[in-house]
Amino acid sequence: MATFSSRRLTKELVALREECPAGITLLSTEDLKSWTLSLELLGESLFKGEVFALRFTFGSRYPIEAPEVVFVVNDKYKAPMHPHVYSNGHICASILGSEWSPVLNTSTICITLQSMLASCKKKERPEGNDRYVKNAPLSPKNTHFLYDDDSV
Amino acid sequence: MIDGTQESNSEMSDNDDYNFDAELSVMKGKARQRAFDVEAESLSVQDIEAIMKRDAEHVSGIFGAPVSIAYLLLRYQTWNKEKLIERYMDDPSKVLATAGVLDPSTENLASPLMPPSSRRVTRGTTSTRSRQSQPSPPPFMCPICCDDEPPNIMSLGCGHMYCSNCWDTYLHTKIREEGELSIRCMDELCAIQADQTFIRKVVSNQDLQRYHELLVRDYVTNNPQLRFCPHPGCAYALSCAAASTKSALQTIVPTVRCAEKHAFCFGCALEGGHAPVICTVSKLWLKKCADDSETANWIKSNTKECTNCNSTIEKNGGCNHMTCKKCKNEFCWVCMGSWAEHGTSWYSCNRYDEKDGVDARDIQSKSRASLERYLHYYNRWANHEQSARLSLDLYAKTEKKMEEMQITSNLTWIEVQFAKKAVDEVIKCRKTLKWTYAMAFYLESGNAKQLFEDNQADLEKAVEDLSELLESPIEPETIPILRQKMTDKTVYVAKRNDIVLEDTAKGFVDGRWIWNIGM
Ligand SMILES: [Zn+2]
Ligand SMILES: [Zn+2]
Ligand SMILES: [Zn+2]
Ligand SMILES: [Zn+2]
Ligand SMILES: [Zn+2]
Repeated sequence: MATFSSRRLTKELVALREECPAGITLLSTEDLKSWTLSLELLGESLFKGEVFALRFTFGSRYPIEAPEVVFVVNDKYKAPMHPHVYSNGHICASILGSEWSPVLNTSTICITLQSMLASCKKKERPEGNDRYVKNAPLSPKNTHFLYDDDSV
Repeated sequence: MIDGTQESNSEMSDNDDYNFDAELSVMKGKARQRAFDVEAESLSVQDIEAIMKRDAEHVSGIFGAPVSIAYLLLRYQTWNKEKLIERYMDDPSKVLATAGVLDPSTENLASPLMPPSSRRVTRGTTSTRSRQSQPSPPPFMCPICCDDEPPNIMSLGCGHMYCSNCWDTYLHTKIREEGELSIRCMDELCAIQADQTFIRKVVSNQDLQRYHELLVRDYVTNNPQLRFCPHPGCAYALSCAAASTKSALQTIVPTVRCAEKHAFCFGCALEGGHAPVICTVSKLWLKKCADDSETANWIKSNTKECTNCNSTIEKNGGCNHMTCKKCKNEFCWVCMGSWAEHGTSWYSCNRYDEKDGVDARDIQSKSRASLERYLHYYNRWANHEQSARLSLDLYAKTEKKMEEMQITSNLTWIEVQFAKKAVDEVIKCRKTLKWTYAMAFYLESGNAKQLFEDNQADLEKAVEDLSELLESPIEPETIPILRQKMTDKTVYVAKRNDIVLEDTAKGFVDGRWIWNIGM
C-alpha cells in the first residue's frame, strides 16, 4: 500500500478511535484495507431503531480513488430498504463514484449515507433490484451507476 | 486508345515510360471532375494539434486569456469556436463558471489592483497560477495524504492546496486510468478545472503525452468534419467537409483514403468503403445479411458440385469460369450455368428475373421466391467478397507468373508490371461489383434499374474476362499478345468501373434511384 494511503488511513483510524460521528461505531479493522462500521439514525426517520453495518475496502490509491463501500448483508445485518440501496448491499451514490473527492473520508461518507437514509420518504428497493442483484459484479465499483438524484 | 480514367495512379513511377503508364497518365488530368470523387484530406496527429493550437490561440487572443485556459473553454464548448465566442460575448461569467474556469471578475473583488472595468477580459493567468512559490504558513498538512512536511504544495487558481505527490497521483489516475480530460480540483465542492499549464507542471512526460492524445481524440470525435481512420493502429484522421452532414450522405458516397492508403467510408467508417451505394443502403444490406446469415450460410461454402458429374469442385482463384477437373465441364461459379453462354452472348448472370421467381398461386412459393430473390443478390455479393478475400493468393500467383515471363521473354521487371496492374484493377472492380448487388437488391424494377444492371453486367463481364486472362497459362511465344490483351482489358475494365461509379453517383444527386423499401 502506498505510503500516502496508509498514512492517511492511520490518521483516520486514530481519529475514529478517538471519536466517531453520532450514530457511527467502529466495529472491526482487520487491517488498514478493510473496516466495518455500524450505522444507525438518531432522531426521527423511517429507519429509527434499525442498525446497519458498512464495510469499507480501501484500494492502494485511496483517497485519490473512492473506497468500495457496501452495506453488510449476513445473518446479523440487512441492507436498508432504500431506493438507492440494492438488497445485496450495493449503494448507488454519486459521492462513491463520479462525485468522489479525495478530501472526503470515512467519516464524511458515513455522515452522507446517514443523511441519505434520513431523507428517505418511502422504504423501497431500487427499480430493477432483482435483475441487478442477479447480475451484479462482486464489487459495486465495477458497476456504472447512473446517478439520477443529486441529493446523494 | 480507350478513353477511360483510372482512380488511383499514385503508385506509378514517373520513370516507367512504356505505353501502359503513358496511357494512364494522360487520364490523370481528368481525375478531378468525376461525380464520385470526394475531396478529403488526411491529417496526422501533429496536423490536428496544430489546428487545435491555432483555434486556442485565436480564442486566447479574443478573450485575453492564456492559451491553456482557451483549451479548457474550447473543450467545454465541444471545440466549436464560433459558438464559444458567441456565448462568451453574451455572458462571460456563465461560460467561465460552467467550464470550470476561475472568473477573474469575481477574483478582482479580492484584488484591488484589478479594476472591475476589465471584467470583459479574462485575466486568465490568475486561474492557472500555481501557488507553490508562495510562502505557505509553516504548519501545513496535506489534507489528502496527511503528510505534514510535503516537499511541495500547489493549487489551482481556487487556492485549494495539496501536496504535489497527491496532485500527481490524482492526475495520473484521471489521465491514465480513467482517460478523463475533465479534471476538477480535488476539493469536494470546487469546480475549477486543471488546465494544461498546471498539468504539465505536475505529471510525467508519459502522462502528459496521453493527455494530449486524449485532447486530440476529443477534438476529432466532436468535429463532424473529422474522422479517425478505422484501420487498427492507424493514427491518421480524415477531414471531409463535403460529407459532414447527414443530408449530404443521402447523395454522396465518401470513400476516403488516409496517408497510409487505408480506404474507408467517411460517413459510416466501414473499412474498404461501399461505393457506389450510400451509407444507408450499405447499412441496411449488411444488417439483412447478418440477420439472414444462417439461411445464406450454405452459399458461402467454398465448395460446389459439378453440374455435370457431381464431383466436388473447390474454388481457389478469383475467376468465375470453372472447369471440372474430372469431366471438363465448363460452367459459371455464380449461376452454375454453362460457361459457353457467358462467353459468347453474356446472358445476364447478374440479373434476377423477377417474373420467373414468383408463382402467385402458391403462398409458400411466394416466400420462397422472396428468399430466392435475396439469395440471388447475396450469392453474387458474397462471391465478389470472397474473390476479393482471395486477392493475396492472386497477387502471389501473378507474381510467380511475372517472374516466369521475365525468364521466358526479354521483358524487364517494370515491363511485366502490367499483370500486377490487372490484379489491382480486378480487386478494385470486384469491390464495386459487390456493392452493386446490394444496390440492385433494393432498387425498384424499372428503367433506371435496367440501365443500372446493364452497366453492372458490362463491368462484371469485363472483370471476368480480365480475371480469366490472369489465369491463362504463360506460353513464351504468346507473351507479347497476352501483354497487349491484358493491358487493353485493364484499361477497359477501369473505364467500365468508372461508368458504374459515375452513373450511380449522378443518380443519387439527381434522385433517379427509386427504392423498393423505405430508406
Ligand atoms: Zn479548488
Ligand atoms: Zn498530499
Ligand atoms: Zn489509416
Ligand atoms: Zn458509409
Ligand atoms: Zn464434372
